[in-house]
Amino acid sequence: MKTLMIMIGRNRKLFFKDRGMLFSSMITPVILIVLYATFLAKVYKDSFVSNIPEVMIISDKLINGTVAGQLAAALLAVSCVTVTFCVNLTMVQDKANGVRKDFNVSPVRKPMIYLGYFLATVLNSLMVNLLALLLCLFYIWMMGWYLTVMDVVLLVLDIMLLVIFGAVLSSIVCYPLKTQGQMSAVGTIVSAGYGFVCGAYMPISNFGEGLQKALSFFPGTYGTSLIKNHILRGVFGEMQTQGFPEEVVHGIAKSLDCKPVFRGTVVVPNTMILIMLGTIVVLGGIYLLITALPERE
Amino acid sequence: MSMQENMIVIDHLNKSFGAVHAVNDLSFRVRKGELFAFLGVNGAGKSTTISMICGQLAMDSGSILVNGQDVKSEGHKMKEWIGVVFQDSALDKPLTARENLKSRAALYGITGKAFEKRLQELISIFHLQEFIDRPVGKLSGGQRRRVDIARALIHKPKILILDEPTTGLDPQTRKMIWSIVERLRVEEGLTVFLTTHYMEEAVSADYVVIIDHGCIAAEGTPYELKNRYVKDYLSIYGVTKEEVESLGMGYEEIRDGYRIAIETPLEATHLIVKHAAVFRDYEIIKGGMDDVFLSVTGKKLGGEQQ
Repeated sequence: MKTLMIMIGRNRKLFFKDRGMLFSSMITPVILIVLYATFLAKVYKDSFVSNIPEVMIISDKLINGTVAGQLAAALLAVSCVTVTFCVNLTMVQDKANGVRKDFNVSPVRKPMIYLGYFLATVLNSLMVNLLALLLCLFYIWMMGWYLTVMDVVLLVLDIMLLVIFGAVLSSIVCYPLKTQGQMSAVGTIVSAGYGFVCGAYMPISNFGEGLQKALSFFPGTYGTSLIKNHILRGVFGEMQTQGFPEEVVHGIAKSLDCKPVFRGTVVVPNTMILIMLGTIVVLGGIYLLITALPERE
Repeated sequence: MSMQENMIVIDHLNKSFGAVHAVNDLSFRVRKGELFAFLGVNGAGKSTTISMICGQLAMDSGSILVNGQDVKSEGHKMKEWIGVVFQDSALDKPLTARENLKSRAALYGITGKAFEKRLQELISIFHLQEFIDRPVGKLSGGQRRRVDIARALIHKPKILILDEPTTGLDPQTRKMIWSIVERLRVEEGLTVFLTTHYMEEAVSADYVVIIDHGCIAAEGTPYELKNRYVKDYLSIYGVTKEEVESLGMGYEEIRDGYRIAIETPLEATHLIVKHAAVFRDYEIIKGGMDDVFLSVTGKKLGGEQQ
């Protein structure tokens, strides 16, 4: 156990001392913030307002709170996964710069080494993403706060769930990588692609039917939806309090991917949690299995 | 020689990578407490053999016993007996020497007070105090090498494998590293398995194995190898050509005199006694390990030239 703790400590220190890795882990959230600041926030706002019947009066605070929640949810959903890929690069760097041969001549078991990478990834990613959550909550508070303490607690749990999902996914993807070039390629693809696939850049409800169906099989979409549900719950409650018809609130929630459909059935948050947990267990099992196998010479 | 005296026993070891036969029916023994030099040009099969001894690479056939245990079946246990200093440092450059040693000690289950105790011993042996809390990436080549060797010895191994440990270091640092390793070998009975490009390091070895294309090209003590593979030279200065010719032996003109190849020092003694008047200024030059290597492999170690 002490060996594992020291290995986790070593991996964590390496991440924070490597400015390149730290910077690359921040780059996706930063890009998203720039995208939102430049045009996406306006697109969301216009899209949201245009969906409200003209007869209904809606306060700026509620509009801004909704858009801010959507922004924060998207940012957190993406960064929870992309940050794990950046943090987990310690695993690849150790192979690329020859440190792993030093581990391999020692009697420590291979799964222990990989467990060290995984847990360090979880802890470092949690740190980065909980900091991102704090910034997001501050932004929401400025724009329009409708969250309860329970919502915030649930958001923290969502982030933990998504970070563990990202850590186990990135661990499997990074496992066969051996060079800096491969690392960069994977980092770029994940940073660029994951936001679209999970519905963070643009709600999946805006995509074509075929793509929506295909993406409904991707667990990451439910992670994003989970955060959206919890971050926007207060906003939807306020809409109902202000007398918005049930159908309108439902329509808005649907348009923001809060009511994802899997094979004709609306998936509720508790089911989303089960899907994420199930995915983590399956991917975790695969990771344990591959780390127990002998490495190629 | 009993099995107990051998720290490493390699028998008919073979390893191929596709069509390349990297190690070809290799057999040798390394005795407990000896300095064993394993020489060969790049690609001769040294690193492949070391990787198999360390259990990092599976062998195709043959056997390796380390401290009497089969690497195939007891590979995990055997790793506790071996410390390796790699050709290129395998430490974490952003971390300090202390942090590096702490994480590597943990790989052997050495943590807490046991680690602190061992760390103090290593600091004392390798004089690390001055830079123990400095990032490894900011250390000089010699300082980093000392940390590398300290890391290899963190778990008090029985065998220290040094893969070209002094390449690129200045003579003073090389001398210091060798004096520490020699002390550990003599005082603590450490067995040292060395690969090097510096022939003066191989000269002080107890036993030398030269490999070429994965096979043993020559083996023996440096004395045996020199006697077997190279001639000594008798250089005579301040003499005329006629005087050298009067010795009745083949000669070669050098800058300040003439050089005669002799089989043994005894032959030189006879020659000097017989022609004392000619030998006014002379020296006997023993053939070196460089010459042994060149004679055995047809290549220069380090230069890898034909």
